Amino acid sequence: MISLSASDRSTSVSETKLEPGVQDATGAVQDSPPVDEAEKSRRKTPKQTPLPGEPPTVSVQDVTIVYRTTFEKVPTFKSAIVRLGRGERAVREVEAVNHVSFDVPRGTSLGIIGANGAGKSTLMRSIAGVLPPTSGRIEVRGKISSLLALGVGFNGLLSGRENVILGGLAAGLSRDQVEERAREVAEFAEIGEFMDLPMRTYSSGMYQRLAFSVSVHMDPDILLIDEALSAGDASFKVKASEKMSELMSSSRAMFLVSHSLGSIEQMCDDCIWMHKGKLMMHDSPERCISAYTKFLKVGEDAFTLDDL
Amino acid sequence: MTTSATVPDWDAELQVYEPHRAGIPPLRPYFRDLFQRLPFAAEFSRSGMKAAHSETVFGQLWLVLNPLMLALVYFLLVNVISQSNAGPEALARIVGGIFIFYFFSGAVSTGAGSVTTGGRLILNMAFPRLLMPLAAVRTAFFRFLPTVPVYLVFHIIAGGAWTWMMPLGLVFLGLLTLFAMGMAAFMATVQVYFRDASSFLPYFLRIWLYISPVLWSPELAESRFGHYAKLMVLNPLYSLIGGWTDLTLNGVMPSATIWIAATSWALVALVGGSLYFLSRERDFAVRI
Repeated sequence: MISLSASDRSTSVSETKLEPGVQDATGAVQDSPPVDEAEKSRRKTPKQTPLPGEPPTVSVQDVTIVYRTTFEKVPTFKSAIVRLGRGERAVREVEAVNHVSFDVPRGTSLGIIGANGAGKSTLMRSIAGVLPPTSGRIEVRGKISSLLALGVGFNGLLSGRENVILGGLAAGLSRDQVEERAREVAEFAEIGEFMDLPMRTYSSGMYQRLAFSVSVHMDPDILLIDEALSAGDASFKVKASEKMSELMSSSRAMFLVSHSLGSIEQMCDDCIWMHKGKLMMHDSPERCISAYTKFLKVGEDAFTLDDL
Repeated sequence: MTTSATVPDWDAELQVYEPHRAGIPPLRPYFRDLFQRLPFAAEFSRSGMKAAHSETVFGQLWLVLNPLMLALVYFLLVNVISQSNAGPEALARIVGGIFIFYFFSGAVSTGAGSVTTGGRLILNMAFPRLLMPLAAVRTAFFRFLPTVPVYLVFHIIAGGAWTWMMPLGLVFLGLLTLFAMGMAAFMATVQVYFRDASSFLPYFLRIWLYISPVLWSPELAESRFGHYAKLMVLNPLYSLIGGWTDLTLNGVMPSATIWIAATSWALVALVGGSLYFLSRERDFAVRI
């Protein structure tokens, strides 16, 4: 869980053990008293505000993403020939994101919630420029640093430092910048002498801590974080949340995909809820979360799009 | 951050992502990005070589020993089959030819796997993917370098010519590198769609070795096939490797046909292979 002020810290550490799964959260969020507005604004860090006339930092305009992928595990000549003989086509279309539009002005931290397979990660990938949309348009103003679910492009045979350098160079930083960054990253991730050992020798916690440190040390204008807050132990979480709030005051926008509804509520000031590729709701985190949890409880049949 | 104090050139850092899955992305920004991130390709290849122990003494030694022993095997084979007593000159030709062919085949086969083994890097980072096959070609080139002094030793033993034309061989080496880049990009794309392409590739390359002037000299082909030998230029490696051998070993200026054929093949492969790669690049993230 993320807390932004020093006084909350001790409680938040103990809370981390009960990282609420979606089902737990449903109860917790519904029962908790509404958060006092003044208290909330105290908790949240000051952020950048859009200048007059500034276009949104990220603008997603009627975006649809259709994966065309094979359902074979490994596409080969052999299977292609066999298929040709049977007159089948191996391509299956998966509609991951369906006509989604929203704008994110400067200074926003946007939470993205939704059940598994809602298209959250696909949307993040396309904002990062990895997956092109099938139709529609995405405009991004600024440099993106992404921490997607799979971590950064790490090669287990190389040392942590080499991986960090590679990631930084791929992100377009210069060599000097990257080498300087690598030192900060190692320090922040607290992995000590492991930084120069091959990554296959890392524990999963070290791996995640390193991945998190890399993405927050690349001077991002826009930060994409996909389920990364589970990285590390309790003390690292506190450190991570401090770093995040520091980043929120310096970066232009932040996207947070998480199943931990509590973190979304605490860290974000805007929220979208996606379900099966559709944008169900774009509202304040509190309202999105209560609608989402209600939806989960009531079930899909009783709560269709028409009811919104 | 930076723009907040000054004014608003809102579109200064604008990046637009629009559908072009099967199309070619805008070339100018693509190549600007590509050149900007060449250090990444260099580092990627360097760290890959380091992981493969290519930078250690025995690693380097193996890079030389492997093609060298192969060359000796072929030399014996040629001697046995043709029942002639090929001298040290033939040995030098085979050694030089195998070395340069090894560079080419190494570039193509590592290039072929560059995208499919790129895994997480491809899934999570947005960068010009063409850097991956380029890094593979760079790796192959740096593996080729330590074989050059070894070749020179054989050159001395064979009493090969030392002429002013030798450095011109570098032109053919450059052209071969461009050709290898194009082929690596092409094979990398094919590999994404057909993963078993990498199983066919070694046989394909082996056949290519036999039909190229590595184990035999172009003169031999002319004496055996007569006019049909002219069709040999249809094989890109005929002109690319032939020109290299002529200049470095024989000290002979290749004919104009060879120069033209080598240049055209290099350009056709580079442009064709890169465009094919670019047109499919956007598809990679969902295909891996």
